[in-house]
Amino acid sequence: MATLTPETLTTKNDLFEEQTPRVVSRSVTRGDKIFRSVCAAAAMVSLFIIGGTAIFLGVKSVPALQETGFKNFFTTSVWNPTVGEYGVLGLLIGTIVIASVALAVAVPLALGLALFINEYAPSRLRRFLTSSVDLLAAMPSIIFGMWGLFALQAPLSGVAAWFSLHLSAIPFFRLSEADAPLIRSSFITGAVVALMIVPIITSVSRDVMAQCPRSQCEAALGLGGSRWGMIKQVLLPFGRAGITGAVLLGFGRALGETIAVALLISFIVQANPLILEQGGGSIASLIAIKFPEAQEVEISALIAAGLALFAMTLVVNLGARAIVRRTQMAA
Amino acid sequence: MTTMYPSSAGAVTAGADATGSVPATSQPTPPPFTWQGELHGEDSTEQVALARAAPSASTSARLDATDVTCWFGKRKVLERCTLSMEPGQVTALIGPSGCGKSTFLRALNRMHELVPSAAIAGQIALDGVDIYSEAMSPTEVRSRIGMVFQKPNPFPSMSIADNVLAGLALSGISHPDPDALVEQCLSRAGLWAEVADRLNEGGMSLSGGQQQRLCIARALAVCPDVLLMDEPCSALDPISTRVIERTIRELCEEITIVIVTHNMQQAQRVSDNCAFFLVESLREPGRIVEAGPTKQIFSNPSDPRTYDYVTGQFG
Amino acid sequence: MTILTERLADGVTGNGETRNGDSRTTATEATDSSASSAPSGAGEAVVEQLRFRPRVLVSRDRKELMLSLASGLTGSAGMCLVFDWSHPLTYAIWALLIFLTASYLLARDSQSPVVAADRLVTTLVWTSGGIAVSALVWMLVYVAVQGFKGLRLEFLSSDLSKVGPLDDGGGALHAIIGTLQQMMIASVISIPIAILTAVYLHEIKGRLSGLVRFVIDAMSGLPSIVAGLFIYTIWVLRGNGPSGLAAGLALAILMIPTVTRTAEEMLKTIDDGLRESALALGAPQWRSVLQVVLPTARSGLITASILGVARAVGETAPVLLTAFGSSSVNLNPFVGPQSDLPLFIYQLLRQPNANQIARAWTGALVLVLLVLVLFVLARVIGEHGARVRGGSR
Repeated sequence: MATLTPETLTTKNDLFEEQTPRVVSRSVTRGDKIFRSVCAAAAMVSLFIIGGTAIFLGVKSVPALQETGFKNFFTTSVWNPTVGEYGVLGLLIGTIVIASVALAVAVPLALGLALFINEYAPSRLRRFLTSSVDLLAAMPSIIFGMWGLFALQAPLSGVAAWFSLHLSAIPFFRLSEADAPLIRSSFITGAVVALMIVPIITSVSRDVMAQCPRSQCEAALGLGGSRWGMIKQVLLPFGRAGITGAVLLGFGRALGETIAVALLISFIVQANPLILEQGGGSIASLIAIKFPEAQEVEISALIAAGLALFAMTLVVNLGARAIVRRTQMAA
Repeated sequence: MTTMYPSSAGAVTAGADATGSVPATSQPTPPPFTWQGELHGEDSTEQVALARAAPSASTSARLDATDVTCWFGKRKVLERCTLSMEPGQVTALIGPSGCGKSTFLRALNRMHELVPSAAIAGQIALDGVDIYSEAMSPTEVRSRIGMVFQKPNPFPSMSIADNVLAGLALSGISHPDPDALVEQCLSRAGLWAEVADRLNEGGMSLSGGQQQRLCIARALAVCPDVLLMDEPCSALDPISTRVIERTIRELCEEITIVIVTHNMQQAQRVSDNCAFFLVESLREPGRIVEAGPTKQIFSNPSDPRTYDYVTGQFG
Repeated sequence: MTILTERLADGVTGNGETRNGDSRTTATEATDSSASSAPSGAGEAVVEQLRFRPRVLVSRDRKELMLSLASGLTGSAGMCLVFDWSHPLTYAIWALLIFLTASYLLARDSQSPVVAADRLVTTLVWTSGGIAVSALVWMLVYVAVQGFKGLRLEFLSSDLSKVGPLDDGGGALHAIIGTLQQMMIASVISIPIAILTAVYLHEIKGRLSGLVRFVIDAMSGLPSIVAGLFIYTIWVLRGNGPSGLAAGLALAILMIPTVTRTAEEMLKTIDDGLRESALALGAPQWRSVLQVVLPTARSGLITASILGVARAVGETAPVLLTAFGSSSVNLNPFVGPQSDLPLFIYQLLRQPNANQIARAWTGALVLVLLVLVLFVLARVIGEHGARVRGGSR
């Protein structure tokens, strides 16, 4: 049994020269190298897909853009394959209109739902609600479209009638003529799309608000505040950035929604700012509707439109994700 | 308050034969030390010899740390620690929390470098061979220097038997007689009697103390030369703690053990040598203030700081 | 716990009464705010101002509630009669609006604006919950009712090749086969890629992790129709023609980001101690991932995959552009146009014909049932796995 005498110990007075860290070889085994390469290759697939989409769609859209002129494509509202005229301005506007209506309906609903699940619901109800929201997210968009088409047109047109009657001060809610049909409009389409984007806004907002430190919330209540006061003063400011991100995510989803729009709206190429009236369209529904019968150059034009949609949704989504990730890291 | 410590470093209980089957030693030996408490229902005569598993049998080895300094990024957490951990003995690393004991322990089996910003200087030699040299890969080092962690973590996706054999499976080694190895390792860890009839159940169905003994058995299955233990009993109840301390005393004859502990009484019960770590003030790195035989550290330390710590003035 | 913190805890977790008179549930509740623990020296004045609001409904609150409810119901009925609206939804919306206004005004006059605002918000919040759940239930019930009529064995065993729009009979067999085949192709392609990507992001933490996360985020926002266009341009146009395989590829693009993100979350829940234990036993990293981490996360990964499949199964647009749809069974997913359930429904809906629409409803019912089964499966597996893993936390 060796003894360690004080002489063999290093004490504080024994510092000679400064030590420098060793270079430690992380000798990675061959198995590890292969493993890392395989995983990296899988990760690269996603890069290829996104890059490929931009490149291939760009290339394929050239013929149509040449035929109709690049500027015309984005500044006119026309779709005439026989003459070779394509212009998606009206549809770009329509896409944003429908998505905006969807947001206007969805955001209060989704935020209310998020607050309800987090703050108001009894705990048994909470699990049921979370599952319901998840199920709503999983429902195919065509089911929403069918249900909206057959079940919601009548009541929502009743609501639209009220809007046009009482809120005609606001330009959107006017009608071009007194008995213009109020079905198959941007309003109704937007309302149905709203239900489709509620789940994603709700779950992201919920996650963000759940990260608020309980001590702050309890402090607000302890100062004599009501629950709404606590929410207004503590929870919402805390979650503001995350909720904004969630809303942007929903907006991005609404921009790209295809089938529900294709089924519900009465398709026209021009922009229709009178949202209560029949008639409207979005880029995605344009592609879905025109594709089955399209010939070469028209297909190229559709691809160009798709590229424009891709760019739009990309910008919105990346902005949204950046905001959400930032709040997640900060929390 | 004197406890008797085992006499000099024991010989390895060999006893394998060429076929790898397991003979038991025939004569029962009395327990090698005196407990301060009572053990009930423990079979203290159970000692099983070690079968030789590929690639090499476990023989206790000597670990020498020389001028070991550790950094996390720019922050130096350990300064010039020199310690010899004798073969066949239990060395305890004691000291208040935050002094770098766990960092030192993790440097001993190259777990320290898993943290991206970690850096190390100095030399750590296993039987004279520098474990940080180019010649040694981390996986090789870790299969010769095993580790048991503070929180018991048996693999949930494996049964008890598979957990014990996990070390072999994870190194891609196969054993000619896995069932015997399982029995052996569980016996050495003091768990065999309790789980012999449910080897195929999941590892998570055991209690905390049993899980930790399972982790010990798992670490033993790869036949390491040194076993590092990072506060293995701190998450356990007193009965499990006693069982594990007994296991440690039994194991140390064949394996060198280095244990980090906050519990001074445990250090006294279990270890042959002690090293006392201390941080002088907030931004200082940890250092070894004194090291020596446990008896001496606790009854007659040379450094006044050691005296203050072992008499409970701080810590 | 002190009495104050207990009351606060109650207030935070919600304590209200439900009224069942119509489809909306209202919880009127007031939070406890006793000022008895105000810091000493705050003075009597503080205690004076802060009201002690009781938790149970007093008769005044009950009266106000009844009054608001009554005014809502009758006012809306009146409006519906005057304006000649007949749909229950219009009536319900108006009743709600009037109820809210009345309740707010009454509370504001009898107590304080703060309480009134709180009550208003509470009602609104409960209403949102109610709307979301009723929408879901309404949708499911509607589909079930409409689609059930046509749900016969024949529907599941024949296709549309021999029936025209005006005939009876026919079924969705070709669509069901198409859905199953395309689901399988998409899963086989996307799930390994997604899980390996999640491993790259969380276990290996490679240098390109930031870029890959960025790209995964971009992909998750990709409109499904653009994914369809992409596969159309690089596969279908290049002489391969429409096929189930092309549809599978497009659906795989949609599945990868969902599965990757969920899988990464699952990997994050695995205790680091497990990884360290595996490494401490002398394992190289690839073994520790493949033999310890992934098996432990198995149920979570399966859940992630099933959720990805559930999402892909319902997509119409990408399949429209890549498989084109057909009316007869095509058992070969690699050659020739194929249909699947959403496409089947969509193409039938575009024909304004009662028979076709009835078929579409039945197809919708089958689709909803499929999604429900997948959803429940994912939940069951996820919970079973959480229970098994529970001890390792």
